[in-house]
Amino acid sequence: MSTASAPRAGDTLPPLEIPVTRTLIVAGAIASRDYQDVHHDVELAKAKGSPDIFMNILTTNGLVGRYLTDCFGPGATLRKVAIRLGAPNYPGDTMTLTGTVEQVEQGAVGAEGAAEGGTATVTVNVVGANSIGKHVTGTVTLTVPAGPVRTAGAGAGGDA
Amino acid sequence: MRGGDDAGGLGGPDTREPDELYEKLRAYEGQAAAVGGRGKDPVNEPMIRHWCEAMGDTHAAYTGPEAVAPPTMLQVWTMGGLSGHSGRSEAYDELFALLDDAGYASVVATDCEQEYARPLRPGEEITFDAVIESVSERKTTKLGTGYFVTTRMDVRADGEPAGTHRFRILKYVPARRRVKGAGALGSASPAPAPAPAPAAGVAGPGAPERSRRPRPVINRDNAGFWEGVARHRLLIQRCGSCARLRFPWLPGCNACGSPDWDTVEASGEGTVFSYVVMHHPPFPAFAAPDRATDTAGPYAVVLVELAEGVRIISQVVGVEHDRVRIGMPVRLEFQRVDEDLELPLFRPLAPDGGPGGGPGGGPDGGPDAAPAGVVGRACGGSGRGGR
Repeated sequence: MSTASAPRAGDTLPPLEIPVTRTLIVAGAIASRDYQDVHHDVELAKAKGSPDIFMNILTTNGLVGRYLTDCFGPGATLRKVAIRLGAPNYPGDTMTLTGTVEQVEQGAVGAEGAAEGGTATVTVNVVGANSIGKHVTGTVTLTVPAGPVRTAGAGAGGDA
Repeated sequence: MRGGDDAGGLGGPDTREPDELYEKLRAYEGQAAAVGGRGKDPVNEPMIRHWCEAMGDTHAAYTGPEAVAPPTMLQVWTMGGLSGHSGRSEAYDELFALLDDAGYASVVATDCEQEYARPLRPGEEITFDAVIESVSERKTTKLGTGYFVTTRMDVRADGEPAGTHRFRILKYVPARRRVKGAGALGSASPAPAPAPAPAAGVAGPGAPERSRRPRPVINRDNAGFWEGVARHRLLIQRCGSCARLRFPWLPGCNACGSPDWDTVEASGEGTVFSYVVMHHPPFPAFAAPDRATDTAGPYAVVLVELAEGVRIISQVVGVEHDRVRIGMPVRLEFQRVDEDLELPLFRPLAPDGGPGGGPGGGPDGGPDAAPAGVVGRACGGSGRGGR
């Protein structure tokens, strides 16, 4: 990524595009042990008023978590993930995750398991948008080693 | 539903009634949702790996000898899977039964808030308790009308607090979907063509062939109706739960939300409940199919109330447009309007729709009194459908 510096409030994270395939929806549902028919059975999803199967919330949760640890690197640990779902993720769509650093505090705040020094607690606002609208909005708190992190400069593209 | 329907006014229960259900639901706030729940599997590497594969998550902390579980898997370890949940409380089951019985049978998760106290490691046993934190008042959303139920779960690993998981779901009755290309009131509606044929209205004696009506849009929600038409049976849906008849065909019951249904065959008797006369623009395809010539003159679009009580948009044949009257008794017949389209249409019982046909024009002043613009809009509203 373009810059390598400690995260600061206002930084934007490089976007992550997730192709919403049928396979992803079904694999995510099963990996999360969610056998609700609307996540794998088109006929039954339609009978319940949905145009197609759609992604379950646990998969969205997992993708949001992955997005943040992808951005902040191997030393990052998720502390809090709070998400709200909006427009469903239907097969064939693309969800683009974007994030903005809201707050950075030095030290691992309230992290019993990781009292080591040299960490920062970062709060990020995340949006996952698809062609219908915002699939997910949320706030993620994670601890990161105090040091360089990959954030996007202007218009940064792919991942490292 | 996708990017389309407005939430307002579609589906949902009768909002004029006081919400007695909400009062019942509220009583469950603060009650346990799960007590002594136990994860079906200990935290384990295969499930972690399957999860990471599905998510495309390559974070170093989740692999190798020191692997921890992705924190976002917190809820996964508590899932009942195909064999069902353990430790779920009676109160929780009752709450859901109340909602299901009232027709709020669909469920969608809307919020998930997790806090991770410590990492979960392979081999650790998961236990959990959950409480019903709150039940919302009845809300109408784009999906439909229903109630938000929020639970909070405390998850332990080998007996130690490992995280909290707050989860909000919407239990709802789906909003009605509109069938594109079909009238809001019926698939059998002779929907005006989106654009008239260029030569409309001037088809003279030498006209090559009759204009064709738009094809009905047949989908899984209304296929049974058209199969009935093919067998010359006009089928009305009947709710499998509350027996309410409904027409046009819909995937669920407007009265109780049940997706179960069967059909009853209409007797074919009915009366004209309302009508409009379409003057302009001309649509030659809708000239009465039993007319000798293909004229593009005015035609009546009728809303027929069937003897069974449901209403269908259709067309009356065998009577001039200006002789159609509210209350006119009509009888169903199937007519082939072109080589590959048959439609259920109606014919007056009294010959030529004469004075014996009903109580007359009524207070709306008869068809010709209505300005063309108003009539056109009325037709568009009921027939044009697809946006």
